Amino acid sequence: MSTHTENRLFSRAAPWILPILLLAAWQTASSLGWLSTRILPAPWDVLKAFVTLAESGELWNHMRISTLRALSGFALGGGLGLLLGLLTGSLRSAETLLDSTLQMVRNIPPLALIPLVILWFGIDEAAKLFLVSLGVFFPIYTNTFHGIHSVDKGLIEMGRSYGLSRWQLYREVILPGALPSILVGVRFSLGFMWVILIVAETISAQSGIGYMTMNAREFLQTDVVLVGILLYALLGKLADMLARGLERTSLRWHPRYQPQH
Amino acid sequence: MTSQTPTPPTLKAVSHKGGQSVAIRGLEKTYGARKVLQHLDLSIAAGEFVAIVGRSGCGKSTLLRILSGLESPTAGSVSLNDDKANAHGDVRFMFQEPRLLPWKSVIANVALGLDRHARPQAEEALRHVGLGERAGDWPSSLSGGQKQRVALARALVHEPSLLLLDEPLGALDALTRIEMQRLIESLWQRQRFTAVLVTHDVAEAVALADRVILLEDGRVALDERIDLPRPRHRGDPAFAAQEERILERVLGSDSPQQDAASGHADATEPPKRHLSRVA
Repeated sequence: MSTHTENRLFSRAAPWILPILLLAAWQTASSLGWLSTRILPAPWDVLKAFVTLAESGELWNHMRISTLRALSGFALGGGLGLLLGLLTGSLRSAETLLDSTLQMVRNIPPLALIPLVILWFGIDEAAKLFLVSLGVFFPIYTNTFHGIHSVDKGLIEMGRSYGLSRWQLYREVILPGALPSILVGVRFSLGFMWVILIVAETISAQSGIGYMTMNAREFLQTDVVLVGILLYALLGKLADMLARGLERTSLRWHPRYQPQH
Repeated sequence: MTSQTPTPPTLKAVSHKGGQSVAIRGLEKTYGARKVLQHLDLSIAAGEFVAIVGRSGCGKSTLLRILSGLESPTAGSVSLNDDKANAHGDVRFMFQEPRLLPWKSVIANVALGLDRHARPQAEEALRHVGLGERAGDWPSSLSGGQKQRVALARALVHEPSLLLLDEPLGALDALTRIEMQRLIESLWQRQRFTAVLVTHDVAEAVALADRVILLEDGRVALDERIDLPRPRHRGDPAFAAQEERILERVLGSDSPQQDAASGHADATEPPKRHLSRVA
């Protein structure tokens, strides 16, 4: 085996060394009785709880509901953020009319609105949709706005002098130029989406992963609580991978995404 | 349909519109209180290659941007072929930087603004600048000189009757520059468009232009015809003499004493520039 392939293998395995060591230490500590199962159940017990929940179908049901909430909130808030960002980024009049108001609202943490949201919507689906939409709106809005503003003015001037129509200029120059920044906004908002949803679901819900963990807490099922937390981690990672994939396909032209020789 | 016969590459001669003549009358441009161009008169014949030289801030880039329609004059007029209605249609601008769209392939950059059926023309234009093989690559994989060649192909695929070049070779290394100058000259000889090149390199101006114009304080300070046969060689004594004379004139315009001393050498100098001192 050459040192080259050895190095490759090592760099592949390296990120997993620490988690595996931690997991082993955790399992040992639990088995030896150093850790109370009420504080932290053994990884093996967490896995068993996961299997039980999966077999009963309860897990998938909660996951489906949480994912649906996250995605519909993302679509609504993100879509609106993109639309308004494009509008204020492209039209000076829309910017003066809307931007300072939006910047004011931006400084209110969405979670601070929870009491108000409960008063308005109760603990209904609408409450969670509202909170998630609000949370994902601003990262996408701000990054779209800045993306459009930071498009190379030289390229726009070139497009004009080469006879592109307004729409062509938008489609061929301005939108692709703003895309890297818009995708940064998408990644930020995907992370934010889960944070908001977790809080919304733990506070008021009758289904979803957050509800499952809160319910388990009342019955002191620490293993189920841990399953819920790990699920959020997994879903968050999945969302991030999705965003990266999106970047890789739509920014193929970018030197950062080109194969290194 | 395009045939696959290996004939030497020439753009379809039938569609050539030839060059446009340019007439600039009393052109003025001010930015706030600063006068960049002052009552500038200049005529350029159809198919002529004119180089504009001058120190930075003399208004040469502004003049070019007004010719292209990127900026409008404060006063005066620019007429192309004496037809003001159709002023900026066939004019193409080559910028100092390549300004290629990084998210479009090389060929899509050349075909920018053309309709879908024009791809063969774009491919042909790319072959003319020697980059036919790089059609599918991203601009970021090209060198600086190659990028400017793509920009040149993008300008020429429109078969402009007036090509404006704003120091497009300024950022290239010496060898690439000479290569590009030869390429521009050969394409100009083939397509016969009118060319206006802004440059700070007097040797480049003498190598390419039929006429070298020196702008000073927003006016034409020197208008010199270059009658050397093409292709021109830099080692040629006549070339060197002419370059030296123009360079001296550009440099000498700073101090009036030196100006008087070198005055006898410039027999062709129009008396206009003494007026500019008064203003």
